[in-house]
Parts: sequence; C-alpha cells; structure tokens
Amino acid sequence: MSEAIKAVLKDRTAVLEALPEHPALRAILAWKPEALRDAKFDRGELTLTIAPEEIRAAAGTVQAAGYNAFEDVTAVDWFPALPRFQLSYHIVSHRLKERIRLRVLLDGDSPSIESITAVWPAANFYEREVFDLFGIRFAGHPNLRRIMMPDDWQGHPLRKDYPVEGYR
Amino acid sequence: MIETLYTPILTAPPAEGAHDQHMVLNMGPQHPSMHGVLRLVVEIDGEIVVRLYPEIGYLHTGIEKTCEAKFYQQIVPLTDRIDYLSPMANNLCYCLAVERLLGLEIPERAKWLRVLLAELTRLNSHLIWLGTHAMDIGALTVFLYCFREREEILRIFEGLAGQRMMTSYFRIGGLALEPPLDFLDRVQGFIRSFPEKIDEYSNLLTGNPIFRGRLKDVGFLSAADAVALGVTGPNMRASGVDFDLRRDMPYSGYEKFRFEVPIATEGDCWARYEVRLIEMRESVKIIQQALDGMPEGAIKADAPKVVLPDREKMKTQMEALIHHFKIVTEGFAVPAGEVYQGIESPRGQMGYYVVSDGTAKPYRVHFRNPSFATLQALETMCKGRMISDVVAVVGSIDIVLGEIDR
Repeated sequence: MSEAIKAVLKDRTAVLEALPEHPALRAILAWKPEALRDAKFDRGELTLTIAPEEIRAAAGTVQAAGYNAFEDVTAVDWFPALPRFQLSYHIVSHRLKERIRLRVLLDGDSPSIESITAVWPAANFYEREVFDLFGIRFAGHPNLRRIMMPDDWQGHPLRKDYPVEGYR
Repeated sequence: MIETLYTPILTAPPAEGAHDQHMVLNMGPQHPSMHGVLRLVVEIDGEIVVRLYPEIGYLHTGIEKTCEAKFYQQIVPLTDRIDYLSPMANNLCYCLAVERLLGLEIPERAKWLRVLLAELTRLNSHLIWLGTHAMDIGALTVFLYCFREREEILRIFEGLAGQRMMTSYFRIGGLALEPPLDFLDRVQGFIRSFPEKIDEYSNLLTGNPIFRGRLKDVGFLSAADAVALGVTGPNMRASGVDFDLRRDMPYSGYEKFRFEVPIATEGDCWARYEVRLIEMRESVKIIQQALDGMPEGAIKADAPKVVLPDREKMKTQMEALIHHFKIVTEGFAVPAGEVYQGIESPRGQMGYYVVSDGTAKPYRVHFRNPSFATLQALETMCKGRMISDVVAVVGSIDIVLGEIDR
C-alpha cells in the first residue's frame, strides 16, 4: 500500500499525515507516541526511529501489528558524527507483504541496548555479529560472544576508526 | 585452552540428567559432511544429541569492510564470492539495491535476462544441493548426474560471461555484455531436456527406501519455529509457511511471470527435498516464459554517468571516452540514503542493505544472507535425534559457508 507513494516524506509529521492508516505506525502510536522519535519514507521504505530504551517493547508492538518475521539487524558507524551508532532492524510482514525498518540511534564509544531475542530468537546471531564487529552490547542476550572474529580478538573491525588495511 | 574452546557447552548450565555421562564432540571444520568449514560442537548422550552449537567464522574475510573502500561498481565481483554457488543472485540483489539508491530504471530486456539468469542460477544451486545431500546420505550416483547437468549450466555461463562460477555478469544499470547469439538456443535446449532429468533424480531417490528412511520424520521444524528463528526460503516453505519474495514482493519484473510456490507441511528433511524438487520444475517454467517473451532492446540503462560506454563508442567518441575515464577513475556519486533490497535467493531471503553518504564509495554495505539465519534453527532440528541425523539435516537445509561467514 505504501509502495504507491513515490514522494519522499522527510519527517515525523509528514509521514503521520501521509500514512495515517499504516498498521505499524498505528500500533506504535496507540502504544506509546513518545517512543517514536522520528519517521521517514524514502525510496518505498518506511523507517521509524525508536527511542533506544524502548526498542524491545517496540519490537513486540510491531510484531503484534502483523510484522511477524524478523529479517535483519545491523549497525552503521557514523564516526565522527554524533550520535555515533545507528542500528537498523528490518522486519517483514508475511500477511501485509511489506517491510519496515526500525532505527535506533546510540551514543558513546561502548553503547548498550536491550536485546530483542526475547521477541524474535532469530536476532541471536545478528546481535552477536553487531557486537563482534561494532562493539555494541545487547543486554539480556543469551550468549553474547564474538561470532566472526576469534574470541581473543582486540577491537571491532567494522568501526570507522578501524583501518581497512595495514597494521592496527 | 579447553575452556575457551568449549565455552558455549561448558559454561551453559548442564542439561537435564547426568551431565558427566555426556560427551562433547566436534564435527568439523574439516568434516566431509559439513559443506565447507562449519564446526558443530555437539553434546551427546550416547548417540542422542542433547545440545548442538554451530561455531562459525572460519571463512570470515571481512567483505563488508572491504566494500567500504571500493567504488560501487567494484563491489559486483565481491558479491560473487559471498554465496559462491549462486553468484547471479548476489549480483542481482546488489545491483537492484544500488539502482534503487540511484533511482535508475533499467531496460525491460535486461530485467528479463536477469530473471532468466537468476532462475538458471537457482537450478545450478539446487543441483549442487541435491547432489551433495544425496551423497551425504550415501547415494553417490545422483551426485554424478547432478554435476552432469550443472556442467551444461556452467558452460552456458562461460559462453555468456567468460567465467564458469564467478561470473560477475550483472552491472549497475543492466548487464555487462550482449549475450552470445546462440545463448537463447542453448538455454532452450537445456530446459527442454531438464524436466526429464529431474524425473531421473526422482526415480533414483524418491522410491529409494534408504533415502526415504534417512529423511522421513528427521529434522522436524515447525512453522512457528521457522519464522521465529529466521529460517527462510525452501526450508521455511517446507514447514508450511507460504511466503516467497518473488511472488509476494516482486522485484526485477517477477510480477510478469506465472509460477507456483511449492509448499509442504511436514517440516522434515523429506519435505525440504520435495519442495526443492518442485521448485526446480517451477524454475524451468519461469525460464521458458522468459525465453518466449524476451523483449527486444538494450541491455544497459541509458545513463552515461553510471553505465560504462560500449568499447566501440569509447574509442571513437570523445564524450564516451571522458565518461569512461571518469567512471573508472572516480566512480559515480550515489545520492545519500539507505536501501534494503530483498530477493529470493536459492537458499531463502537475501537482503542487501546499502547506505550511501553521497560519495562514490558506499558508506556501509550489509549482506543479510539466508544460510546465516538458517543455522540458528539447526539445534531445534537436531535435538533429541541420533548423531547420524545431524548429517542428513545439515545436508537438507542447504547452507553455503561463504555467505554465512562473509
């Protein structure tokens, strides 16, 4: 349904005006409007920026709204800009045949956020990967160990202050 | 030393029953049935699997980090190496993502050729799966037959791209080269005889009591577990979840093709085998439709600042030469933004997340690969079963370690 909109909706007000019936937006507004920090609709994709401390509850809310299948979580390091880290959760609805992105902005050099493995066990490996390569900790994760790099590795390779080549 | 090696098993609370009678067994990374370098730490009680823990990362090469230092067009050959058994699916996913970032429309003929090639890749990948899976179970003949047909697909790819496996044939904005004159005839010849070949595999395996005994009621995965654990593609559809990105969220012109999405409800290894066999037949149908309705026209978008000019033009026209020089030396700037492009790869939902900051190199590229998530369901499928069933289950979920470790 939102595929039909070609325009770019830049902020929360514009998105709320253009997509008042969107199930994920409605569910989040009914649950806690202040948890929705920002929203964006660009290139056919809806991005909802969620307050970091609310991510687990927000994941549960969109899951109840029909976005049943967790697809992916990854991070972007905006170093040296602030807030430094962005987490992007991609969630698909099998019924609505649609995908949304939940976005969380995190500050600090060793940030921490609540794990969503209680909502989707599928996030287990993905959160470990983000922990391993970005050094973002997930509170409540059942087994937060490095997954790609060796256990005794120093540093987090996908951070922007980690060099692509040469010695560290 | 042992403590760090076995952390997951030893630090977790002991399973029910007498823990000291359990044995921790390492399968892999150098194990003939592990399809690459997968290491499974298995806790067994006699021959029964109590816990199972996949230890991965042996093939980690940091492709995502490498991408950040390359121009957009230089990443296409890297994507081949992620899932090396279905290179065209990776190419397609990456090119679609960047094209959406650029807002680039590609010609109809390029879209149809991409669909045709993506489905040929699916056949290629499923043939390897079937051959190696049957070989794990002990049916060696099927392996040779599957590779006979795969060879023909690889020859078609070689004629097309000059390469058998790492084809790198897709480009941002279309395809690299006009396919050779006999390309469509060769594909037609291949798919005319291919359904009989599927019958042949089916004759060897479906009625085979050993194969049946090893797969039936083994490695059960419920529909709820499949969705919760992120399992996608044929593995999810064998558990009864009716979702296929080609049909439900079409890309690259798939909405113009008619095909069935096979579903099974049993959720065991046998269901996964049957779903993939039918999927191969459906792929043949899609390829046939692509051959019948192949439109005329260009194979590259008309975007001189993004798509490399033809060799001939580059040598004769000043403007084309300048564009060529600019693209090769400086790349092309991509408008800032983020895009997540999902496609249905042979193994499930593949998704490439590309973030641009407006320069010629991507700020961040992330690959969501289906096998990585499928691996999380391995313990659920193997728990409480014999250790020999682990081999059957690992074969049936069709993983590629290249895309797990990236």
